[in-house]
Amino acid sequence: MPQTIHFQYIVPGDDFTRAGEASSSVKKALKKIGIHPEAIRKVAIAMYEGEINMVIHAHGGVIDVDISPDEIRMVLTDHGPGIENIELAMQEGWSTAPDDVRSLGFGAGMGLPNMKKYTDDMTVESTLGQGTIVRMTVLCH
Amino acid sequence: MKITPAVLARELGLSILSGKESLEREVTRAYCCDLLSFVMGRAPADCAWVTVMGNVNAVAVAVLADCACIILAEGSALDAAAREKALAQDVAVLASEKPVFETALSVHELLCARAE
Repeated sequence: MPQTIHFQYIVPGDDFTRAGEASSSVKKALKKIGIHPEAIRKVAIAMYEGEINMVIHAHGGVIDVDISPDEIRMVLTDHGPGIENIELAMQEGWSTAPDDVRSLGFGAGMGLPNMKKYTDDMTVESTLGQGTIVRMTVLCH
Repeated sequence: MKITPAVLARELGLSILSGKESLEREVTRAYCCDLLSFVMGRAPADCAWVTVMGNVNAVAVAVLADCACIILAEGSALDAAAREKALAQDVAVLASEKPVFETALSVHELLCARAE
């Protein structure tokens, strides 16, 4: 059975200065292991978008990452307000981010679409008032 | 000769706000945008990213999207938290007093001239 490496990250809520720490750390680990640069770029982008979403909308959350020789799996779990209409949220340009977030350069409605674009598989489960679980897989080859 | 952030700074008269080894990294394209999610999804790797966003998130985006350097145009400032992060992660950050378009155009022209 191939070896799998597991990482878990806690994403603090409402702290934009720390968003990106988890994805940077995974990026470094993947580089060290020797994963293909294009797969690393895809993981970094998808995970950072996920982190930003957690900070903006869900007061933080937890990211679990499993790295195997064939694929990188990410599970992003939060206990935020949930997504009312996932289909709308997946559309480019659709955003419910507040103005102060937009002034930082986010909130363009590209988060979930970018996550979808840069992963080989992505599912979103969300329950209003309970939270959201996003599962993403990037293939290494 | 390859174009690096150090070469851009020298040839285009840009100031260097951050960068050590990253100043010697190759730049292959110019890219402009201020919306960070657009940059994440669309900036080509190894680009010189021209923007007015000098916050800590811009530095994170440059790292994750694999930009070769950030060029802050219009005399935009790199805030203290962003400077700290750029220095810690060795991200090359240059600064230009010129507008975004003119800055990116001058990078592009330099890249074209060197390619010939």
